[in-house]
Amino acid sequence: MFKITTEVITGAEVREAVEGPDAGAVVLFFGTVRNNTDGRVVRCLEYEAYPPMAEKKMAEIAQEISEKWGLDRVAMVHRVGKLEIGEVSVAVAVASPHRKDGFEACKYAMDRLKQIVPIWKREVWADGETEWVKPDAVFFDAPKPHKTAPQTD
Amino acid sequence: MELSVRFFALYRERAGCSVTGVSVEPGATVADLLNTVREQFPRLAPPDVQIVVAVNEEYAEPDTPLSAGDEICLIPPVSGG
Repeated sequence: MFKITTEVITGAEVREAVEGPDAGAVVLFFGTVRNNTDGRVVRCLEYEAYPPMAEKKMAEIAQEISEKWGLDRVAMVHRVGKLEIGEVSVAVAVASPHRKDGFEACKYAMDRLKQIVPIWKREVWADGETEWVKPDAVFFDAPKPHKTAPQTD
Repeated sequence: MELSVRFFALYRERAGCSVTGVSVEPGATVADLLNTVREQFPRLAPPDVQIVVAVNEEYAEPDTPLSAGDEICLIPPVSGG
């Protein structure tokens, strides 16, 4: 399951998508809307995506995880629209026979999502001003799959 | 050759529209397209920023050739999560 949604994310959808009798672990990650960025008060976040390509890129990340860890049950859902503080913007679930691989693969999925999935967020500051995150990042090159350690922020 | 180009997020705001028509020579590449788009929308991105282009839902290289009917999108730096 790889999905861009406007609906509230509960986590049940991704968990159910990966569950199975051979799983010894299901690692679940939620990204939530934080009330500040580097100390500046955030009122809310606004997300948008290019849904068909975003879902395709999520599926590619799952394929990378399958190649790296041999895990075939990964689910990712990302919400778009206006999200309030504390709401879930993204959920990732990975099922694995043992927890170590699941934790690693789940972290990898989020690192890659932040690199290659066409989703954008805009901070709405307390004074109502808005700002796209990383507006002119020079480091951003054509983000193709690669085997080196992913960047994190 | 007439191509339709979509803008997302930051680029949509800077372009002032979500889609535009761009005229390029037959056999034009992504780099050719970007030159034309940057002329039409000089404020899109600073000159040292490489604008990323998706063609038919896949990231494209500067030398990727374009065809009529391609779905072309300009992709600002992504920031999901």
